[in-house]
Amino acid sequence: MAAITAVAGRGLPLRGADLDTDRIMPARFLRAVTFEGLEHHLFEDDRAADPAHPFSDPRYRGATVLVVNRNFGCGSSREHAPQGLARYGIKAIVGESFSEIFLGNSSVLGMPCLTASPESIDALQSLLEREPQIVIDVRVDTGVVTAGDLHVQAQMPPGMRDAFLTDQWNPTAMLLDRYEQVRAVATSLPYISGFQE
Amino acid sequence: MHTLFHKVWNAHAVRTLASGQTQLFVGLHLVHEVTSPQAFDMVRQHGWRVPYPERTFATVDHIVPTSSQKRPFIDLTAEQMTSALEGNCREFGITLYAPGGDGGDNQGIVHVIGPELGLTQPGMTIACGDSHTSTHGALGAIAFGIGTSQVRDVLASQCLALDPLKVRRIEVTGRLRPGVFAKDVILTIIRRLGVNGGVGFAYEYAGPTIEGMTIDERMTICNMSIEGGARAGYVNPDDTTFAFLEGRRFAPQGAAFGRAVEWWRQIASDAGATYDDVVTIDASAIEPTVTWGINPGQSVGIHESIAANADPEALAFMGFSGGAPVEGTRIDVAFIGSCTNGRLSDLEEAAKVVRGRRVASHVQALVVPGSQAVRRAAEARGLDEIFTKAGFEWRGAGCSMCLAMNPDKLEGQQVCASSSNRNFKGRQGSPTGRTLLMSPAMVAAAAVAGEVVDVREMLEEVPA
Repeated sequence: MAAITAVAGRGLPLRGADLDTDRIMPARFLRAVTFEGLEHHLFEDDRAADPAHPFSDPRYRGATVLVVNRNFGCGSSREHAPQGLARYGIKAIVGESFSEIFLGNSSVLGMPCLTASPESIDALQSLLEREPQIVIDVRVDTGVVTAGDLHVQAQMPPGMRDAFLTDQWNPTAMLLDRYEQVRAVATSLPYISGFQE
Repeated sequence: MHTLFHKVWNAHAVRTLASGQTQLFVGLHLVHEVTSPQAFDMVRQHGWRVPYPERTFATVDHIVPTSSQKRPFIDLTAEQMTSALEGNCREFGITLYAPGGDGGDNQGIVHVIGPELGLTQPGMTIACGDSHTSTHGALGAIAFGIGTSQVRDVLASQCLALDPLKVRRIEVTGRLRPGVFAKDVILTIIRRLGVNGGVGFAYEYAGPTIEGMTIDERMTICNMSIEGGARAGYVNPDDTTFAFLEGRRFAPQGAAFGRAVEWWRQIASDAGATYDDVVTIDASAIEPTVTWGINPGQSVGIHESIAANADPEALAFMGFSGGAPVEGTRIDVAFIGSCTNGRLSDLEEAAKVVRGRRVASHVQALVVPGSQAVRRAAEARGLDEIFTKAGFEWRGAGCSMCLAMNPDKLEGQQVCASSSNRNFKGRQGSPTGRTLLMSPAMVAAAAVAGEVVDVREMLEEVPA
């Protein structure tokens, strides 16, 4: 792990509200005991239906910043969706809003999700559609997203931002750190002892 | 004056982490075959142990075949994923209910068997690598869907790092009219509040209509909280809850049950609790509800037309026009099952419609009980015979056509009347397949009519 203060790279504009995790990673690709190879199946059905899908568009190959709209990643809790995106090379997502489970799953993979106004997102997406080669700079510390002359103010919950900045975005080590405190809470819960007197 | 959510949260909070999140103790962890293998691998690779193996229970539901559950499964991937879970559970000392194993007759959809076995209890925190974990809130638990990395965290530490949620009380008043079910209530709530209206909230379902519901009905409501964006949903525990739990295998027994009830009563929201938001829904105005679009918020009452200015992408995908009704839409497949509506009472309501009738000749109809126990109970009541006589397939327990990870799938542009929870593009296994969500009784009526109809008309005229 490492602190994540900024992500810079080319962008990929993906328009549409309520893009659910079944769309991102259809269930048939969950038939495996590893996450390996998921990057090849992102939006597989959407891409088949639309040859001009941004994930099939060679101009966006190698992009590391995904720009999406409202309620991205809703539906199933499958981590296979953000795993696929991270393995594809996406390092940060900027969108109007995210489902809570998707946002949490992305964060523990070190893939920050920032939110910005619909107008800002539209401006970013339009710019990327006009100039696919442009570099986007996503500052996790200040929330400023810059692409050429375009500057957008994005947000992230302060706790989550600090976790990225201080290399604490994967909480497992912290959760394992205070076993005695965990045991004290467990012991205080009446159902753990089977409601004995 | 606190809500159940805050009381349960505070009772399980270990500490505040540097990230500002809460380290929350997880009272019950449920595991299935699809979102856990990578988590077990990570635990193994790090050399961690599972400190509370007795607080995790596993089953197989997502990928298991429902045509035959004899081992080894004909589907080799299903067999491989089930044996992987068997190996993992053996290695870490976790109880597993899978066909062919000890206690295999307890197998079923994870959100059906938890309450059924009495594992799910009021005042618990519950986590599972499945977004419909919110179902368990029907018994007054705070239950979250989590990702695989979090499954790893719970295995290794019995804890999660989470941000607290706000609480929205959804007060449902008024009597449901005959032929209108819990499914219609939750579809109406999602339509009204939006598919992302609940982001950042836990939904507390309350009011006389909810209080008058059975636990099965409350589970249908809580189950679809996530479809409204709310990660958790719950109903305060009451006498209905306690009566449901008494005598169940993992529920407290004897004098301990009495002490449990005392604690469960205390954990419920206080009368003067403050909420971040309150919404009121009049249940008496709700009609049998059907989705027409590609998210669960896009629905209409059975006699209502789709809005003229409805989402063009959804209309185009579904083959509907703005201003048109959904009633009368020809269906190809009828699916009764899922963690939303695969319990005994759901099958009973569907059987009332099906009894003495035949499935339309062009419709493939299947009933997939939510668990093997549901299947046995239904067979003891003769429901299997009612369904098979009518032309339904009577299957083994699992998630089946809700998410189509096994051979139960739509083909091409088939239209499916489904008692499940998601009408997303491609959800039922065909990229162009179309899902109409509705109550199990409405699915049964559609199966018989061969098209979407108002179930109340069939309930009125009983066939000879």
